[in-house]
Amino acid sequence: MKELKSWKDYPLGGAVYDPGSTLDIDVSGWRNERPQIDQEKCIRCRICWVFCPDAAIIEEEKTYTTKTGKTFKLTYSIDYAHCKGCGICANECPVKAIKMIPEVE
Amino acid sequence: MTYELEKIKTLWDIPKEEHLVGGHSLCAGCTAATIVRHLLKVAGKNTIVVNATGCVEVSTTSFPYTAWRVPWLHVAFENAGAVASGVESAINALKIKGEIPVEKEINVIAIAGDGGSFDIGFQALSGLMERGHKVMFVIYDNEAYMNTGIQRSGATPFAAWTTTTPVTRRIRGEWRNKKDMFDIAIAHGIDYAATANPAYPVDMDSKFQKGLSKDGPSLVHVIMPCTTGWRFEPKYGITIAKLATETAVWVNMEYDVGNFSVTVPVKKRKHVREYLKLQGRYSHLSETEIELIQEQIDRKVEEINKRAGKEVIGPLEA
Ligand SMILES: Cc1ncc(C[n+]2csc(CCOP(=O)(O)OP(=O)(O)O)c2C)c(N)n1
Ligand code: SF4
Ligand code: SF4
Ligand code: SF4
Ligand SMILES: [Mg+2]
Repeated sequence: MKELKSWKDYPLGGAVYDPGSTLDIDVSGWRNERPQIDQEKCIRCRICWVFCPDAAIIEEEKTYTTKTGKTFKLTYSIDYAHCKGCGICANECPVKAIKMIPEVE
Repeated sequence: MTYELEKIKTLWDIPKEEHLVGGHSLCAGCTAATIVRHLLKVAGKNTIVVNATGCVEVSTTSFPYTAWRVPWLHVAFENAGAVASGVESAINALKIKGEIPVEKEINVIAIAGDGGSFDIGFQALSGLMERGHKVMFVIYDNEAYMNTGIQRSGATPFAAWTTTTPVTRRIRGEWRNKKDMFDIAIAHGIDYAATANPAYPVDMDSKFQKGLSKDGPSLVHVIMPCTTGWRFEPKYGITIAKLATETAVWVNMEYDVGNFSVTVPVKKRKHVREYLKLQGRYSHLSETEIELIQEQIDRKVEEINKRAGKEVIGPLEA
């Protein structure tokens, strides 16, 4: 479907049959800064995941033990292909566990 | 509701599934995407979305891609209410004909911006409510026609700059007041209407849940800070949304079969300056103008407290 050679290839009504296909689009080039989660600082509160407009915070059931010996059942990470670097996650994180790092020095 | 979802009481009750995925082209930091993500988490996969033209529609469906994982339909700018009414009626007809099991529950949700609901989409929305279709209408209100370049709408608040309410020697931004969609919806005799705010996701998501559980039309009107049109850095979208409620610029209310309530009470209000000063669309305001806006809010708060029968929104912080 993504290769339409002529207008005759257009589906009736402009129908699209691949739900969620924008996942194939890489928007990393939109970013000026990239968020980076400090796994040691993160308290697994879910707030960044809740607010991200691009569903680019990944919540996984992956155990993590901090250097001080605290074990968490969840791990948060970033889907860098779909993060646009808006900074909402870093701004809303209650413990400032997310840093925004410039993409270009 | 199409599936048994526990009542959302904390952030941990919010379903994990994403039905609006990334890769769309809404601006970085667009809170509309946060709102719609949550809406679909609550509604689940047995949902049909009808979308009016606007940022959400245009930016989630650049042909031949789509960010939606549920059936989604766009016809025009002005008719989301009519199209959603048709979809709901078609489902009923197919049930009568035996082509869909009668017990199958399908959510029909119309999503429109403020332009697509307050203004050009208004008659279609009004008709939907008046005829009693079982449709939830969700307005994401960024207080202007953003997709076409920040033109004012009936939802643009007093004093806000837009490209059609400019700041000149004679004009100081919008000179009219925002239309009251919450009460207009209630006046149609519908069972459920609410105002919501993405900075209060549990409150917002439970309102989506309640709206979907009704047998007839429901309306949820959500404030949506827009980085491009409100002129603020993308990272502040949720901060500004929160300040809207903390200053009582935006009160999270609910009307549920005759009962009015304020679902997010505010003990002490912040001065409206805190909300205005983060947004470029208000950067022209003088102290006198800011005080004028504060007086308008004070009056509105008094009315709301009267209506609630108790002090749900407190006085200004000292
Ligand atoms: C009948 C008609 N008139 C005008 C337009 C152009 N148009 C497309 S989107 C839009 C503005 C939408 O504003 P709103 O509903 O507030 O949504 P937003 O873009 O702010 O998300 C306009 C004027 C159109 N598509 N159809
Ligand atoms: S920077 Fe923005 S898009 Fe990227 S993960 Fe954080 S909230 Fe999501
Ligand atoms: S908001 Fe901060 S503390 Fe909470 S889960 Fe995200 S990174 Fe961790
Ligand atoms: S202009 Fe505003 S509403 Fe439109 S995509 Fe950008 S932030 Fe979202
Ligand atoms: Mg708008």
